[in-house]
Amino acid sequence: MTDKTVTLPVHTGFIKNNLRNYGMLLSLFAIMLFFQVMTDGTLLQPLNLTNLVLQNSYIVIMALGMLLIIVTGHIDLSVGSVAGFVGAVAAVLMVRYHVAYPLAFLACLFVGALIGAAQGYWVAYFKIPSFIVTLAGMLVFKGLALAILAGQSVGPFPPTFQKLSSGFIPELFPGAGTLYPTSLLIGAVLAVALVYTSAKNRARQASHGIDVEPFGFFVAKSALLFAVIVFFAGLIASHRGLPNVLVIMTALIGLYAFVTTRTVVGRHIYAIGGNARAASLSGIKTERLTFLTFVNMGVLAALAGLVFAARLNTATPKAGAGFELDVIAACFIGGASAYGGVGKVGGAVIGAMIMGVMNNGMSILGIGIDYQQVIKGLVLLGAVCLDVYNQRR
Amino acid sequence: MTGAATRLSPIAAGWTNDGCNDAMTAILEMRGVSKSFAGVQALRDVNFTVEAGQIHALVGENGAGKSTLMKVLSGVYPHGDYEGSIIFDGEERRFRDVNDSEALGIIIIHQELALIPLLSIAENIFLSHPPSRLGVIDRDAVYRRTQELLAQVGLTEMPDTLVTDLGVGKQQLVEIAKALSKRVRLLILDEPTASLNENDSAALLDRLLAFRAQGIASILISHKLSEVARVADRITVLRDGRTVDSIDCLAEPVEEDRIIRSMVNRDLAHRFPQRSATIGAPVFAVQDWTVHHPLHRDRRVIKGVDFEVRRGEVVGIAGLMGAGRTEFAMSLFGRAWGDRISGRIWLDGREVNLSSVAAAIDAGLAYVTEDRKQLGLILDADVRKNITLASLGRVAPQGMIDDMSELRVANDYRNRMRIRCSDVYQETGQLSGGNQQKVVLSKWLMTDPKVLILDEPTRGIDVGAKYEIYCIINELAEAGKGVVMISSEMPELLGVCDRICVMNDGAFVGEFAAAEATQERIMRAIMRNKQIDKKVLQGDLRP
Repeated sequence: MTDKTVTLPVHTGFIKNNLRNYGMLLSLFAIMLFFQVMTDGTLLQPLNLTNLVLQNSYIVIMALGMLLIIVTGHIDLSVGSVAGFVGAVAAVLMVRYHVAYPLAFLACLFVGALIGAAQGYWVAYFKIPSFIVTLAGMLVFKGLALAILAGQSVGPFPPTFQKLSSGFIPELFPGAGTLYPTSLLIGAVLAVALVYTSAKNRARQASHGIDVEPFGFFVAKSALLFAVIVFFAGLIASHRGLPNVLVIMTALIGLYAFVTTRTVVGRHIYAIGGNARAASLSGIKTERLTFLTFVNMGVLAALAGLVFAARLNTATPKAGAGFELDVIAACFIGGASAYGGVGKVGGAVIGAMIMGVMNNGMSILGIGIDYQQVIKGLVLLGAVCLDVYNQRR
Repeated sequence: MTGAATRLSPIAAGWTNDGCNDAMTAILEMRGVSKSFAGVQALRDVNFTVEAGQIHALVGENGAGKSTLMKVLSGVYPHGDYEGSIIFDGEERRFRDVNDSEALGIIIIHQELALIPLLSIAENIFLSHPPSRLGVIDRDAVYRRTQELLAQVGLTEMPDTLVTDLGVGKQQLVEIAKALSKRVRLLILDEPTASLNENDSAALLDRLLAFRAQGIASILISHKLSEVARVADRITVLRDGRTVDSIDCLAEPVEEDRIIRSMVNRDLAHRFPQRSATIGAPVFAVQDWTVHHPLHRDRRVIKGVDFEVRRGEVVGIAGLMGAGRTEFAMSLFGRAWGDRISGRIWLDGREVNLSSVAAAIDAGLAYVTEDRKQLGLILDADVRKNITLASLGRVAPQGMIDDMSELRVANDYRNRMRIRCSDVYQETGQLSGGNQQKVVLSKWLMTDPKVLILDEPTRGIDVGAKYEIYCIINELAEAGKGVVMISSEMPELLGVCDRICVMNDGAFVGEFAAAEATQERIMRAIMRNKQIDKKVLQGDLRP
């Protein structure tokens, strides 16, 4: 994911450069360590860790779409309402009309795409500021959710649908005691694959004469990466194994990281945010691409709405309220620029995790919802200030 | 050239004759000014003197230190941030910020205008200190005084006209009116005519001459040597942060060659590289091209134009600003500008329908925009990404970018075009204007065009970089491409093109082969269709 090569030949320059690259990750670890100590180890207990993943999955999923929107220089305030609305649609379809789960699932994603298209149309082709369009969307879909639920909670969902959020991957080697070996194995394979690809990349870059990170640093980094993934896989595996939603989430993160860094579409999205007019005069179809980022956001918001509804096992009129703020905050904490053109998928995911760990940790500590918000707000401001300060330096 | 510095040192140290020459009184003396940024020496021991009521031109390549010197003078860099001293009105001054220098009447007008577009002229002029009673703005006084000030700069607009409704030339004059409202004693203009047409430039320079008569001194920073030669009383040349030459225009003749030599420290025997043109078959032809304004849809901006470029030919399009040259080029380029477009285009003998920019690029047309920062580059992105932006598909089979071949291509262009950057991962915004322009050119060369339209390709870049751009244009023509060059600098068109078409008011009004074209004939072709103040003509046509 780091496509940045180091230009300074000296090692001090190298470390300084990378501190900035990994600064966000270090903050996440620091915050986790802080809460781990403060909660006497509750934070990283397997049960809590699994909960943490489930609680934040929908934020992470939406942050992936929001990052693209923010990179093109726009914003989407409606995602919380859309997620809530789609959850309501799912409930009406499955609970009231007994539509089969897979069909209802696809229908809901399609509804999300339509909503994204409807909003993206005004933003991309009519040049209405996205802030206004999606503010309107936020009100519209909040109201519509209320309307189709008739102000009541609708549930419970069929058990197969609940599995989306509360299910775990099937265990291939049952009877291994409390540990779930399949999950541990998947974690280990993932770790090996990541280390392997980064080693291959490094060798390829070196063969083209690009400055690469020093070998010692690379080994240490890879070892750490491997250890961290296996450690967390181990924790997850010692509860009930990998949650389904974590698998979906990881796959999506991988997909979006790939799309943003390695594909033409991804590069074009960054170009639009960097300078829309220059991009359009370079043959990039800026309007269509902007439109599609909103469609994409709609689908991801719908997926998040489904995950959230499945987790609560009921659709409530208030579902999704305020999600947009967490999602947008995640992107900005993760280093996205409010002016567009800048931001990384990895950053947005880490940003979402920082928000999630803080939510979770503060809840365990018994800090009231009032001061939780105060602290989260200050962290957002602090993170962005730090980023701006770093860039000026 | 090593002798130049020593020969000129008495001039550079112009302040030494301060006491003995009472005929001229210096309003400003900057003595031994040095300034460095993080180890880079931007100014070295610069001495700079402006006499009362003098127009002092400051010239030099981009990065020579002109702007830094002016920022020291105006207090942007406060006292203590630089070495040396500033003496204004006979007293040593230690400015803490811009307000301190403004209080003494040192007013700087930056290249990027600092006007607020949606406020009126009057509101802009009296933005910081409006005449007021008990904190309530006295609108009558504002209006009256604005009218007086506008009259002084030769504007007849109503004070409540919005600035956004004015052309750039008039906006520039409003800036000057704003300076006058502060009782200016020394006016600093940083490339005031860079974005003005010849008409507005002449009007602005006339203002400077009028101010000189009133005893207001000016410092004029400009790349346009012809206008410097026209109005300046003294010309000082900066190079690499040093004063390398100073010419008293009243005492000695002003030779452009001498100035250019001092600026670049090398003999530009030819300001334009030689080329032996081998012109082939037509590669690009346009017939009856008509374009309407996108907002005022009844207004025809381009009026049924025919145009042709041959293989290996460089065709210039001359004209005043607003003649429709950029609109013509952009409408050809995938209808990127305009509405209700009609006409036919042939590329390489085949009729094509260029309905989008992407289609135009595919067909082999490239358009290098006039405004590289706003329209040409993504300044935050690195050099590599900018170079491959318009033809990413060439390094991305199946839509997936092959970063190694992308890097290879970017490095190829970096070497071929001699782009000076630390590596291709450097942010494009950090490069100098000339190198940025080479990045834009690289982007378009990578699309492998048959025809390139270059819109003001050398605007705002220094003499050395200009020469390199001309060389690139020649190479392109020699490689058999058709090149169209839009430029407001007539010497450049005359030096580079094989044929020059003159556009005025959306139509071609003249065409000259290189051998028969002169500035005067081009200007006459424009004027035949446009009645313009005679004075302007004389000013601009001086050889």
